[in-house]
Amino acid sequence: METSLSSTPIREGKRWQKTMLELCSNPLTVSGLVIVGILVFTALFAPVLAPYDPQRIDTFHILEAPSSAHLLGTDGLGRDCLSRLIFGARISLLVGFVAVGIATAVGTVLGALAGYYGRWVDSLIMRFVDIMLCFPTIFLIMAVIAFLEPSIWNIMIVIGLTSWMGVARLVRAEFLSLKKRDFVLASRICGASDLQIVFGEILPNAIAPILVSATLGVGGAILTESALSFLGIGVQPPTPSWGNMLTEGKDNLEIAWWLSVFPGLAILVTVLGYNLLGEGLRDFFDPRKKR
Amino acid sequence: MGFIVFLLKRILGLVPTFFGITLISFFVMHLAPGEPMSLQADFNPKMTPEMRQRLRAQYGLDKPLYVQYSRWLKGLVHLDLGRSFSPDRRKVWDKIRERLPVTILINVLSMLLILAVSIPLGVRAAVRENSLFDQVTTVLVFLAYAAPAFWVALLLMLLFGIEWNLLPVSGLHSLMGYDQMGLFEKVVDWSKHLVLPVFVSAIGGLAGFSRYTRSSMLEVLRQDYITTARAKGLPERVVIYRHALRNALLPLITILGLSIPGLIGGSVIFESIFAIPGVGQLMWSAVMARDYPVLMGNLVIVSILTLLGNLLADIGYAAVDPRIRTGLQEQE
Repeated sequence: METSLSSTPIREGKRWQKTMLELCSNPLTVSGLVIVGILVFTALFAPVLAPYDPQRIDTFHILEAPSSAHLLGTDGLGRDCLSRLIFGARISLLVGFVAVGIATAVGTVLGALAGYYGRWVDSLIMRFVDIMLCFPTIFLIMAVIAFLEPSIWNIMIVIGLTSWMGVARLVRAEFLSLKKRDFVLASRICGASDLQIVFGEILPNAIAPILVSATLGVGGAILTESALSFLGIGVQPPTPSWGNMLTEGKDNLEIAWWLSVFPGLAILVTVLGYNLLGEGLRDFFDPRKKR
Repeated sequence: MGFIVFLLKRILGLVPTFFGITLISFFVMHLAPGEPMSLQADFNPKMTPEMRQRLRAQYGLDKPLYVQYSRWLKGLVHLDLGRSFSPDRRKVWDKIRERLPVTILINVLSMLLILAVSIPLGVRAAVRENSLFDQVTTVLVFLAYAAPAFWVALLLMLLFGIEWNLLPVSGLHSLMGYDQMGLFEKVVDWSKHLVLPVFVSAIGGLAGFSRYTRSSMLEVLRQDYITTARAKGLPERVVIYRHALRNALLPLITILGLSIPGLIGGSVIFESIFAIPGVGQLMWSAVMARDYPVLMGNLVIVSILTLLGNLLADIGYAAVDPRIRTGLQEQE
């Protein structure tokens, strides 16, 4: 049965324009968007942007300080740090999206189940959430990674599977309040199945907070990945990631400051970008802050 | 009376959570491919399949998982965490016990630092909303949120340790001449070694807590009873610190409890960077050696610490909020 009242298509373009304008009026969102945009651009065009092959070993130019030939210096194997930094953006982008995608999917499904069905389903899932929240997750991640092969995919999956609790709580709360609304009741009267109600009616109305928390979650995922790579159980060299570049920085702390400074700065700016974007989106969706 | 009932309920509620944690960690760890044997066996040309089997039997790894888990649980009930798989075969508890105080010391110190700095900071930022002070702290908070703590550690080591040569960057105390120091000198030596680790492990919490304090204070300052208190002509200091702050701190206590796992989890990284012989470092080497009993023992200890932290948070909550203490909230 066709239930949707089609919204006026003529004004669709205008509304889109207005939304963009409103988004761009917030300096938080704009600076976040710019940073994330730069990250995406860098990751996509890394081979074009990088002045050298990030894996090319050059034993004649080991640990050189930043110069015009190597803007950010070279590492212990003579590899160009700027090029490695640029290629490292790919890892960050990938980790952010995949890990958060997994966390959001798991959290949304579990939160929806808990909020929609209530009763024992709710208590079971929420108990599980409590357990996971009490977990010092890095210990679990370390334990798992140590047994699996430390690869970027394993890292992303494990980060995703240990960071869905916030989303689950959020979605549950949304469902609890939304499932009692009239439009849900109406669609139930029309004979919609549970699946249709959950995914067709309630979930679309809970997208805003999920989007905000996912955006804010990307920063956390990137930080976790970099910490794991720094410890040597994340992305493995020679593949450059900002975290494993810092390991080398630590090993050469006394002689090569540039190895420690720039990759961390890249992480800082990237995470900052996602956080700013998330905060901006939160303001955007918050009806209390509407002028 | 109500308080004791409340407390008992909370403690009972922690028990299933605790067993949930052990269950999940046990199965996740054992289901993951790879086992401690392969490290010792793969590089040993003399290792025959029979010997490998015997080793597995010796460690009890040939039994089905549920048998292994129930055996481990039985040990736990007798406060026995088993023995390490490493060649020294020491008791897990002994290994952990000698390292626990350092980790707890650092975490408690950084918790104190967090509270001492972030609460006044948050209050001030809230009271003077949108002032320069507020804006500067907001920027700092955003930066601290986004900075990888281990990187900050590296930078501080670079500046304080290498560039200015002010602070030692590794270990708990000096290696040379430590034994000849007097008590006072020893304390100074320890403190110097602890400054950086404590500060670095507090960074995330500093940012988070000043942020939470600020928004919680802003919420409270809008309430009617604050207007009333001001209208009565109470001095601003009393309004802020006695009327507002007390209420603003309530939600913070829960967050405090929830932040403990992250704080302890950070120990792995800081202890590795600053070469501090704590639980995190033990965990790290156990992960590398696939030492199941030590890993499980660590997880147990850490989750007990976490749950205790949560319990303390609950008690703190009850202590400041009479509605919970008297069980009024459950009647609503």
